[in-house]
Amino acid sequence: MSHGRYEMVVGLEVHVQLRTRTKVFCRCSTQFGDPPNQNTCPVCLALPGALPVLNGRAVEFAVRSGLALGCAIRERSVFARKNYFYPDLPKGYQISQFEMPLCEHGFVALASGRTIGITRIHMEEDAGKSVHDRFAGYTAIDLNRSGVPLIEIVSEPELSSSAEAGAYLRAVKEILLYAGVSDCSMEEGSLRVDANVSARRHGEQALRTRTEIKNLNAFSNVERALEIEFARHCAVHDAGGAVVQQTMLYDADRNSVRPARSKEGSQDYRYFPDPDLPPLVLSRAYIEGIRATLPEFPSARRVRYRTDFAVSAVEADLLTAEPSLGDYFEVVARGSGDSKAAAHWVMGEVLAARNAAGAGTGIPVPAEALAELIRMVKAGTVSNTAAKTIYATLVAEGGAARLIAERDGLLLVGDETSLRGWVDDVFKENPDEAARFIGGERRLQGVLIGLVMKKSQGSADPQKLSQLIGERVGR
Amino acid sequence: MTASLLAGAAAGIAAAVQAGTATAVALVAESFRRGREVNAGRDGLNAFVSSDEDLSRALAASAPCGGPLAGVPVAIKDNIATTYLTTSCGSKMLQGYVSPFEATAARKLREAGAVLIGKTTMDEFGMGSSTEHCAFGSAKNPIDPTRVPGGSSGGSAVAVAAGICPIALGSETGGSVRQPAAFCGIVGVKPTYGRVSRFGLVAFASSLDHVGVFGRTVDDAALALEVIAGPDTAHDATSAVRESPALRHVARDLEAMIIGLPREYFPASLSAEMRDRCDRAIAALRARGAEIRHVSLPNTALAIPAYYIIAPAECAANLARFDGVRYGVRIDGDGLVGMYEATRSGGFGAEVTRRILLGTYVLSAGYYDAYYRKAMQVRERIRQDFAAVFASGVHALFTPTTPTPAFRFGERSDPYAMYLSDIFTVTANLAELPAMSLPIGRVTGLPVGGQVIAPKFAEADMFRVAYALEAELGQAAHR
Repeated sequence: MSHGRYEMVVGLEVHVQLRTRTKVFCRCSTQFGDPPNQNTCPVCLALPGALPVLNGRAVEFAVRSGLALGCAIRERSVFARKNYFYPDLPKGYQISQFEMPLCEHGFVALASGRTIGITRIHMEEDAGKSVHDRFAGYTAIDLNRSGVPLIEIVSEPELSSSAEAGAYLRAVKEILLYAGVSDCSMEEGSLRVDANVSARRHGEQALRTRTEIKNLNAFSNVERALEIEFARHCAVHDAGGAVVQQTMLYDADRNSVRPARSKEGSQDYRYFPDPDLPPLVLSRAYIEGIRATLPEFPSARRVRYRTDFAVSAVEADLLTAEPSLGDYFEVVARGSGDSKAAAHWVMGEVLAARNAAGAGTGIPVPAEALAELIRMVKAGTVSNTAAKTIYATLVAEGGAARLIAERDGLLLVGDETSLRGWVDDVFKENPDEAARFIGGERRLQGVLIGLVMKKSQGSADPQKLSQLIGERVGR
Repeated sequence: MTASLLAGAAAGIAAAVQAGTATAVALVAESFRRGREVNAGRDGLNAFVSSDEDLSRALAASAPCGGPLAGVPVAIKDNIATTYLTTSCGSKMLQGYVSPFEATAARKLREAGAVLIGKTTMDEFGMGSSTEHCAFGSAKNPIDPTRVPGGSSGGSAVAVAAGICPIALGSETGGSVRQPAAFCGIVGVKPTYGRVSRFGLVAFASSLDHVGVFGRTVDDAALALEVIAGPDTAHDATSAVRESPALRHVARDLEAMIIGLPREYFPASLSAEMRDRCDRAIAALRARGAEIRHVSLPNTALAIPAYYIIAPAECAANLARFDGVRYGVRIDGDGLVGMYEATRSGGFGAEVTRRILLGTYVLSAGYYDAYYRKAMQVRERIRQDFAAVFASGVHALFTPTTPTPAFRFGERSDPYAMYLSDIFTVTANLAELPAMSLPIGRVTGLPVGGQVIAPKFAEADMFRVAYALEAELGQAAHR
């Protein structure tokens, strides 16, 4: 392919909704999915005479995001008005930050070893939503989202492939989840990505004309769209043409990229400091206070899991993908004294149960209860099979593993009388197999053990059972 | 009895209502009777954009009668949100608009017992110095109805000057309270920026906008300001965390006070009569014990150009919300952009349109540094001019409020000539300083005002000067 001669250059703008209960400049709820225009007030409707008052919690989350992404936090930052007309932008301007953003000079370290610079992170408010397909001939406006707090994270144009762009996005999302500042849900719109892309010859220093791709609603789409647009740039360059700086829209259904109708890229936003909001002045102590509460981030956690819990690299990646899952794993691993088993349980049964319960629900079964269950398996009190049954009961009903095992007769039965009784029964019920086994057909041992296990509902101690059955050969 | 009460001090009305010798309802009735007497209606002084006697009587009947403004009829400028009557800002864009929420200043008046009698005529969105830019007709000066009452808060000044109510709320961005107060022969106060909450004041230029008060006397104005001042940080991020100042108990003498006369405010072009009224006021200040000192505010000449960059820039953004989408006028056009164009062209008058265009221009890419940034630098210099004078030991400044008395309708058809009538007042808005105008006499039979400017949050000193000057001038203030 011709574009082997070219290198992709990508910079990403990531909009992230901060996890505050109320909006950034008024006290309306930020709840997703409420009836249209329910969460509105004079401020976010831009009624005449209403004024914005900054939500301190949003500032805290923005600072937290900046610190988590390695930024320097400005002790004095300034809110600015970004002016443009659109029906879902009630004031006719968006309150954002321009000349003096809250955070600057950050970075994200990728697993590949590359570090991607973050130019800036600024605070801003979200616009409302235009609904074009609800009422024939009309556009409806829902302003529930108007004034929801966002941060915009602007990367340096340092990403050099679509895969690297994907890795960057996953890393940013992971860090923000860990920092606890956002749900980062692309489905609910709490994480949105715009991609700036250009192509240049390998070794070329200067950047060529870029285009901006919008409407990217999944990380995988970001990667696909970048490949398509990059290929287009390469073809334009090869043909001796010039790329036009413009805004492109990605169409997920057609997997295509086409120019946006509006000339958004060329708009003059006439930024100026918002006179309704004094400069945001933060003390060093305030910033350091937030830094002190930052959690351990995934890259550090992965290293610790590999050394402290002896899990593999793949397991460490899986277990640290979400902060809550890692926290859960750690309690199970410590409580059970068996980190290998804990890892298997968390990545297997626990994730399956959580996914079955649906997104947005917590992890089922308290970590302490699972730890007890693993201890019981280790001690030979229950079989692995029984443990899965007990776990299912824990998910469905809650309770304590030991009590469920006792109530449901799932404790491993190791006393000879019970075991002999089951074995006798099985041998009687299956005279043919029994005779052949006794006659020396040893390969039938597994079948017979299986039948006993079934009869005992998994509670027979497999080792003792195996011994007992084995004794009957040649009798 | 009620008639003489209404003609007297606001404090006297409140005392009578508190004591039960007068009622709010009777005072409202008297206020409307007075309005008819002076022909305040549309064909006469046109002081109000909206008013409703039945409504005001009902408000009076349920008004608290223990507050500092118990039973006091008040008029409120039509750009300060009230849940009764209109908040139309003198604009076709908001014709008939009723706000679902109440401005902090209006709420405080109501809670103090005051009763709303009408929303007053104003230049559209506060842009003008004569009320000639009101979409619903201009108000007339009660002293001489062939002349403007000043603006933009002209209707409020008319209501007070004509004796319809002792107190009114106005707002100003560049002198819109002080100038009409001077033109109508009453007291007008612009407090320190942040002293009175802007919540509910429909924004023109947010960094320059203030809620202000009119009173027939210095004491009426002091009483009103005491009521509406105070922190409101839950609604207005620019509200100052300063408790309302005690203004009515300041000393009435000026012993040990130094009052500065900035030479830039007494230009050679000032008429001999105007200068004479000022000299008489200065002599009165001296007589009360003040030391008079000549000072200079060297960047004064830059104030009007800077103001007419900053104010339109903020105005262009603040008025973007009037887009026909959610409330107010909507005029259909070809598609979305067509609707925007038709609505905004049809809804806004010429002066508002002019300032929106100017503001859009000065913020445009490539012009920001040359205009807006430079204007902000000028604004800082003007602040520093005042700061230097006050740091030198001067407690307050005295100047004429306007270069001339009220002009005739249509006399200032050139916008720039109109802008220049604010030349002595815009500086206090740019520097966020408290400033007030009070009557110092008449020129060619028309009232003129003297202005007192004080350091930030030094309203008490400013009122001390005003009380002393008012007392010393006595009836001369109206001759």
